[in-house]
Amino acid sequence: MSKVLLLQGNQAVVEGAIAAGVKFYGGYPITPSTEIAEQLAARLPQVGGKFMQTEDEIAGLGAAIGASMGGKKSMTATSGPGFSLKQEMLGLACTSEIPVVIVDVQRVGPATGQPTSPSQGEVMMTRWGTHGDHWVIVVSPSSVPECFWLTIRAVNLAEKYRVPVIILMDEVIGHMREKIELPDDYSTVEVIDRVRPTCKPEEYLAYGTTEDNLVPAMADYGSGYRWHVTGLIHDETGFPKGTPAGTVNALNRLHDKIYNNLEDIVTFENYKMEDAEFAVLSFGGAARSVYEAVDMARAEGLKVGFFRPITIWPFPENAVKELAGKVKGILVHELNYGQYVLEVERVVAGKCPVTLYGKYDNESATPQELLAEIKKAMGR
Amino acid sequence: MGMEQLVEKYFRPGRLPHIWCPGCGNGVITGAIVKAVDKQGLSKDEVALISGIGCSSRSSGYLDFNTANTLHGRALPIASGLKMANPALKVIVASGDGDCTAIGGNHLIHAARRNIDLTLVVYNNSIYGMTGGQYSPMTPKGSKATTAPYLTIEPSFNLLELAKAAGATFCARATTFHVPVMVDVIAKGIAHKGFSIIECVSACPINFGRQNKAGTAAKMMEWQRDHGVMKAAWDKMDDEKRAEAIAAGKFPIGVLFETNEVQEYTEAYDEVIRRAQGGK
Repeated sequence: MSKVLLLQGNQAVVEGAIAAGVKFYGGYPITPSTEIAEQLAARLPQVGGKFMQTEDEIAGLGAAIGASMGGKKSMTATSGPGFSLKQEMLGLACTSEIPVVIVDVQRVGPATGQPTSPSQGEVMMTRWGTHGDHWVIVVSPSSVPECFWLTIRAVNLAEKYRVPVIILMDEVIGHMREKIELPDDYSTVEVIDRVRPTCKPEEYLAYGTTEDNLVPAMADYGSGYRWHVTGLIHDETGFPKGTPAGTVNALNRLHDKIYNNLEDIVTFENYKMEDAEFAVLSFGGAARSVYEAVDMARAEGLKVGFFRPITIWPFPENAVKELAGKVKGILVHELNYGQYVLEVERVVAGKCPVTLYGKYDNESATPQELLAEIKKAMGR
Repeated sequence: MGMEQLVEKYFRPGRLPHIWCPGCGNGVITGAIVKAVDKQGLSKDEVALISGIGCSSRSSGYLDFNTANTLHGRALPIASGLKMANPALKVIVASGDGDCTAIGGNHLIHAARRNIDLTLVVYNNSIYGMTGGQYSPMTPKGSKATTAPYLTIEPSFNLLELAKAAGATFCARATTFHVPVMVDVIAKGIAHKGFSIIECVSACPINFGRQNKAGTAAKMMEWQRDHGVMKAAWDKMDDEKRAEAIAAGKFPIGVLFETNEVQEYTEAYDEVIRRAQGGK
C-alpha cells in the first residue's frame, strides 16, 4: 500500500530519513535546505527521535557525529556556505568512521552567492573538500521520488560502510514539487543497520577488520564496549599510531573499504543508450532537462542517449570507460563553470571527444538550449 | 583508593606514559577527574569523556571510559549529540583554555545556555601549550607569549562569569594545588543535573612559566596556593578587602554558583517528544 503526495525534494529527503530510521538531526538554518530542518523538527520527535538546532554549521555535524557514536542514525543538512564550514567535521567522520549523512542543497557560490538559485558548484568539494586524503560516497538525486529513495540508500550506505554519505542536491531539486508515491508503512522499507560487535567487550578491537571485511564493527557508546575515537591516524586499536607503515595501512583501508565495493555502491541510469551514437552525461538538477532534449534530438533522427550518474562519487569509472568506447562523443552538462567534466575527461582519456556545456547563470538549461548544445557538439 | 589503584582501575593499560611535560598540571586534573568519578561510584561503562584538541585533550586517550579526542574546540557539540543519543551516559568534557574559550567559545556559551547535562572540565594553564606558548583568551593581560613578544594587550575572560551569564547552572573553580577541592567540585559537577563547568587553574611551566619568569613548577603551584581563596573566606571579605584581593590577582575557589531551577535540556526534549506524539 502506498499514498500519493505532492512534495518538495527537501520534504522527500525528510520522509526518506524517517523511513531509513534516522533518529537524530543536528543543523543550522540555511537556504535552500531549511525545509529539511523544519520538517525534521516536526517529524523526528513523532518517531521518538531528536532534533537539535545548533549554534552553527560546525556544531550541527558535530552533534550528528556524537549522536551516531551514541548509536543513533544521524544526519545534517546544509548549503554551500554551511558545507564549507562542515569540512573539518567531515574529515573527522571519515577517519574515525562514524556513519552520518550530510545533505548539501547547492546554491550559487562562492560565499553568499545566489542563495535561492541552483548550482552544482560543489561537485568537486564533496569529493575533495576536507583536508587530507579521504574517501566519501556522494549520491545526487534528480527527482522528488529519487530524493526519498536515495536518502534511504544514503543512510544505508553510511551504516554499511561506516562512512559519511553526502546527498548532493541543488535548489531545483530541493524546492521543486513533484508527485511522489510513499509507502504507507515504512517498516516495509529495506534498511541497513551498522554491524555491532558480538564478541566479549574485553576482546573488542574497535577498528579490527579481516581481509574479507574491511568495515569494523561499531559499538554504541555506553553499551559496555569502551573504545576511543580520534582524529589522529590510528591503528586497529583506535589509538594513535603515526608510523609511516601505520599511516599507509590506515589510509589504504579507508580507501579499499569503499573502492573494493564499487559494484554495490555505484549506480547510474542509462536513457535511450542502446543504439546511441552520442551521449549526454549529466546528474542531479541539471539532468532534469536532458530527457526531453534527448527525445527532441531523437525526433530529428539523431541517435542521442543519456548517461546519468546517480552515485557521483566514487566516479562511475568503468561505466564511463565503456560509454567512451561506444559513442562518438560525450556532452557533459553541469550547472557550473566545469568541474565534473574534468573527471569525465580523465576517464575517457581521449577515446572520444568530450564537450562541456557548463551553465552558471543561476538558471537551469531548457531542453531547447540543451538540444542546441548537443547539435553543436555533434557538429550538426 | 590510592592513586596507584586508581590508575590501575581507570587508566588504559599500555597508554602511559603521557605526553605532558614535567611540572604540567594536566596529570593532576586528569587524576582529579578519575577520583571524582570514583567518588560518584560510577562504572567505567556509564562515563564518556570527550575532549577537543590540545595538551589537555590528550587525557581522553589515557582513560578507560567511552572516549573521544575530537577536533579543536568541538568537544561540546559532539558531547551534546552523544548526550542526546544516550542521556543515561555521564558525559564529561575535557578542554583546554584555548580549546574552550577561543575556537570553541561559541559552543561553550550555547551548551551553557541549553543547560544540557554535561560536565565541562576546563584545564586552564593560560596558554597554548601544544603549539608552544601562544596567548589564549585566558592569558592574563600583560603576559608574554610567543605571539605577544611585547606583552599581551587583550584582557582575559572571567570564564565562570561568562558561563554563568550564558546559562550554566553549576560553576566551580579549583587549582592544581587544591586537589581535594578539585575532586570535590568535579564530583559535584558530575552529580549536578545540568550544564556544569569546572575551571581548573593549572600551570604550564614550560610554555607560560619560562616566558613569564614565573619560576619552577613548584613556584607556580605556590602561586596557586597563594591566590586561590576558598569561597567561604572569599564571601566573608568586605567589599574593600575583596577589591584588594582581586587587584592582587586572587580568585575564589569552590562551588561559586549552583541552581537547580532550570530544566535540563534532554529532559526538556522528552517533553517535546511527548507533545509531538499527542501528549501534553
